[in-house]
Amino acid sequence: MNRRVFRRWVSNFMVGLMLMAVIVAVAPLLFILLNLIIKGASSLSLDFFTRMPVPAGETGGGVAHAIVGTLIIVGLASGFGLPLGIGAGIFVAEYPATRLAKATRFIADVMNGTPSIVVGVFAWTLIVARQKHFSALAGACALAMLMIPMVMRTTEELIKLVPHSLREAALALGYPRWRTSLGIVLRTALPGIVTGSLLSVARIAGETAPLLFTALGSQYMSFHINEPMAALPLTVFTYATGPYEEWHRYAWATALVLILVVMVLSIAARLATRQRLSGRG
Amino acid sequence: MAEPAHRLSTDRLTAMYGKFTAVKDVSLSFPSNTVNALIGPSGCGKTTYLRTLNRMHELSEGGWITGRVTLDGEDIYGPKVSPMQLRRRIGMVFQKPTPFPTMSIYDNVAAGLRINGRLPRGELDDVVERSLRQAALWEEVKDRLKLSALALSGGQQQRLCIARTIAPKPEVVLLDEPTASLDPGGTQHIEELVFELKRDFTIVIVTHNMQQAARVSDTTAFFYMGQMVESGPTRQIFTAPKQEQTEAYITGRFG
Repeated sequence: MNRRVFRRWVSNFMVGLMLMAVIVAVAPLLFILLNLIIKGASSLSLDFFTRMPVPAGETGGGVAHAIVGTLIIVGLASGFGLPLGIGAGIFVAEYPATRLAKATRFIADVMNGTPSIVVGVFAWTLIVARQKHFSALAGACALAMLMIPMVMRTTEELIKLVPHSLREAALALGYPRWRTSLGIVLRTALPGIVTGSLLSVARIAGETAPLLFTALGSQYMSFHINEPMAALPLTVFTYATGPYEEWHRYAWATALVLILVVMVLSIAARLATRQRLSGRG
Repeated sequence: MAEPAHRLSTDRLTAMYGKFTAVKDVSLSFPSNTVNALIGPSGCGKTTYLRTLNRMHELSEGGWITGRVTLDGEDIYGPKVSPMQLRRRIGMVFQKPTPFPTMSIYDNVAAGLRINGRLPRGELDDVVERSLRQAALWEEVKDRLKLSALALSGGQQQRLCIARTIAPKPEVVLLDEPTASLDPGGTQHIEELVFELKRDFTIVIVTHNMQQAARVSDTTAFFYMGQMVESGPTRQIFTAPKQEQTEAYITGRFG
């Protein structure tokens, strides 16, 4: 066998191995999605999005309360988490060598590795146990706590990607330091930060554990952030662990809705960046 | 009233990075409306020296200086001088083109003018057009001022950066190897431009390219290992250098 044939053979073998790795990696995802669609899609209808749950045993009804609840809780969490996370990220990127920045970075890395259920318990101790009742606000705080380190690290990395020469150019033009940081560096990194933020919103929208101890869940439509509130992941949990066949089907359907919400957010993130990029051309 | 003969000068200027001396004891003067070239091999301190002239050096890690730099007789390191104000009087163009990627061509040129609040639209339009004309870029971009600055070629981007630097009407323009990342066509454009610009500005240009120094400059200073070896009229430096090192460098024996 001459060398060229041998090399081609090795090359094909390696490509085959990589293809297999891709299939092994992607197959479970596709399987989950397919399973959700098969088991959940049949229960989806307009009612499912717009109506409230009905008592056990009856058919019909929907998860409107959980959709509204998720939007409120995730919205609140983003309201707390995004400004704090982005702000901390800017600080850490602008003053990388300070002791405070190093400590912040270390804490963020530890928090990124903390199981979300621990954050839930923490929020319970901090807010629920003191107020003596569960609340959507406590849930939002728990989710914000998960969000801040994620957003902070992405913001930092994206600001660091902005070439140093751009900063120097602004300073050489007589820009003050703060305007250089905000007007030039942050603005250049902004599309990436928007994407990172939306992805972290999508990520926390699916969190269940931190909400179990905080927002608790509810069967009713609620707009009061100081009371227990339903959320899609909690509803999936309740329905899936319930005793009724009907509930199990609803659990699948609710999970599908949750995946759709997350997908819409991810796609929005992609579109937000793509528009920025084409704006450059 | 006559212009001061020496617009910008340094007196025994030493530039340090922490404990490392990058430039040692350099005294030089740059007359008004001249092009002054700084030449020398890589690492000889010419860029560091240039960066002390508009106080960019102190932004580098551990950057500090001793000695004096004066602009029209005033010490630019004096306690009352704001580095931000100073950099509006002494502009700088870098080796790689650095247009602001989020801004249009127009906004890039206007960037330096907007620092001190808003100008009336018409006035701003005039300054942008004049600066682009001075940078020999107007004809190429006048129909697409609203487009992103990244749509331009490398050479055009560099001329855009020159337009951006001269728009606030600085007195001195510092050019740090402005053609190092450009192709021959772009280089020629910039060189012709430098020649034009000296009518309005005093120019200090760092270059690796000795032919470039010979073509565009009125005076030349040769730097070697952090010291200024020799300076004088360009013609004299290139035809009858007094120092052996200078002659060795310009005849290509090292560097």
